[in-house]
Amino acid sequence: MIRDITIGQYYQTDSLLHRLDPRTKLVGTLVFIVSLFIAGNWLCYALAAVWLAGMIRLSRVPLSFIVRGLKAVMILLLISVGFNLFLTNGETVLVRFWIFRITLEGLRQAFFMALRLIFLIMGSSLMTLTTTPNQLTDGLETGLGFLKKIRVPIHEIAMMMSIALRFIPILIEETDKIMKAQMARGADFETGNLIERAKALVPILVPLFISAFRRATDLAMAMEARCYHGGEARTRMKPLVYETRDRMTYLAFAAYLAAMIALNRIF
Amino acid sequence: MGIIKASKLIYDYIKRDEDGNPDGTRRAVDQVDIDIEAGSFVAILGHNGSGKSTLAKHMNALLLPTEGTIWVSGKDTSLDENLWDVRRTAGMVFQNPDNQIIGTVVEEDVGFGPENIGVPTPEIWKRVEQSLEAVGMTMYRHHSPNKLSGGQKQRVAIAGVMAMRPRCIVLDEPTAMLDPNGRKEVIRTIRELNRAEQITVILITHYMEEVIEADHVYVMDDGRIVMEGTPHEVFARTEELKSYRLDVPQVTELSWQLKKAGLPLSDGILTIDAFVDEIMTLYKKP
Ligand SMILES: Nc1ncnc2c1ncn2[C@@H]1O[C@H](COP(=O)(O)OP(=O)(O)O)[C@@H](O)[C@H]1O
Ligand SMILES: [Mg+2]
Repeated sequence: MIRDITIGQYYQTDSLLHRLDPRTKLVGTLVFIVSLFIAGNWLCYALAAVWLAGMIRLSRVPLSFIVRGLKAVMILLLISVGFNLFLTNGETVLVRFWIFRITLEGLRQAFFMALRLIFLIMGSSLMTLTTTPNQLTDGLETGLGFLKKIRVPIHEIAMMMSIALRFIPILIEETDKIMKAQMARGADFETGNLIERAKALVPILVPLFISAFRRATDLAMAMEARCYHGGEARTRMKPLVYETRDRMTYLAFAAYLAAMIALNRIF
Repeated sequence: MGIIKASKLIYDYIKRDEDGNPDGTRRAVDQVDIDIEAGSFVAILGHNGSGKSTLAKHMNALLLPTEGTIWVSGKDTSLDENLWDVRRTAGMVFQNPDNQIIGTVVEEDVGFGPENIGVPTPEIWKRVEQSLEAVGMTMYRHHSPNKLSGGQKQRVAIAGVMAMRPRCIVLDEPTAMLDPNGRKEVIRTIRELNRAEQITVILITHYMEEVIEADHVYVMDDGRIVMEGTPHEVFARTEELKSYRLDVPQVTELSWQLKKAGLPLSDGILTIDAFVDEIMTLYKKP
């Protein structure tokens, strides 16, 4: 049951998007998100939709994978739509019941908000689906390298992220094992009220933490034995280099952003 | 002087009480003298808590001696300026395969060491390819380490050390968590490296079968080296080994029992072949 959790879901295939530099994809995603917040009319949303559809097409990731990401945030989506629907003030009242009234403006706002969130989530899942977690941390480390100047330990953060990614499956498996071991001893995780269930988790968390700390000590020792001493004077096996396709992508995204601003201004 | 030499090596762990204040010491390595020849295959035996891991960590400067000195290819490990040289000369493989693989992809893990010591990118790729080839894991280079068997993970860990081009590998019970097949596969890999690439191997273990082909064996008990010699010499002293809570290989045990029962067998028979030979000569005698 606990194994169903997938993190950093990557869809393995070969496409232009897969081959792009992770930095390009990070910036592209950011630009897309910004464009969604600029968008203020139907034409803007149409442009965003076309752009997103094009990207999905280029990525060769089946649409069902991208839509799957939406399920996880359905509740959030409904709540924000609800707020916009009921709490927007407006002139034209469409429906009125009890203390609520739905206005035309509210409807419009709620619809845009829903589109915005859906596009945002689809856009960012497209990035994680086409980028391995490793490339992602590499991209963050290199792309945010300038932060080192203001003493942000960006190499260390990226290293922590990639180690976490390596150990999450191991710890999930371990949790599963501990749970089974405790169940064999008669532990019950399924019945009882919230507090009882939370209490039942203690015998899982304690051994899990102890084991995680032991692993951390071992790993630190193994890293030291292999001459790890931080990001200083370190070379890379897979350095990130921009190719022509990355430059083209940057240009395309700049054009897209400009078009979005223009559409928003003109109409 | 050999590639690793220790003289009167002592290491004390500091014991702490519940508040974390120092409260006495525990001597884990006591007056150890060793001299390991370059290119040899050396085994260190001893039951749990006899100080093997503590000694091993001195060979990689993960621990520094409380008293005495240890030299790795002539360099005193306790000097700061020798630290990186020492770690590059003597690579280390640990017991738990999961807790020593850093990369999320096999080839990236093998490249981790060379990255740390600043090897240029094309050279890293060359080394990664060679090391994976040497341990027979080239097929798995793009796999996630999580999907490998224990034996395969240990081979990846060995490749990771090999990629740093050490002259010597210290393996601290690399097979303790593996099934018999994984054990065989790891031991075969280590032996191959020792033979083909003249890498000095220091194998810490408590499986006697893994020791038989070593050039030299040290036995530790309570922090001290209590026996040393060729496997043949060490296993000939079966009774003494048992007093250190160590078992001898099955055939050695059998021939020792037969000898006690009155058969004129020689001491320290290590392999089934040797045993069969002895029995056959006895049988053919009138
Ligand atoms: N971090 C530590 N702190 C205190 N004592 C330790 C520590 N690690 C090991 N020891 C003690 O040192 C002795 C030798 O341990 P170790 O070198 O791990 O033996 P081995 O590897 O042969 O099992 C043991 O008695 C152990 O309890
Ligand atoms: Mg040990």
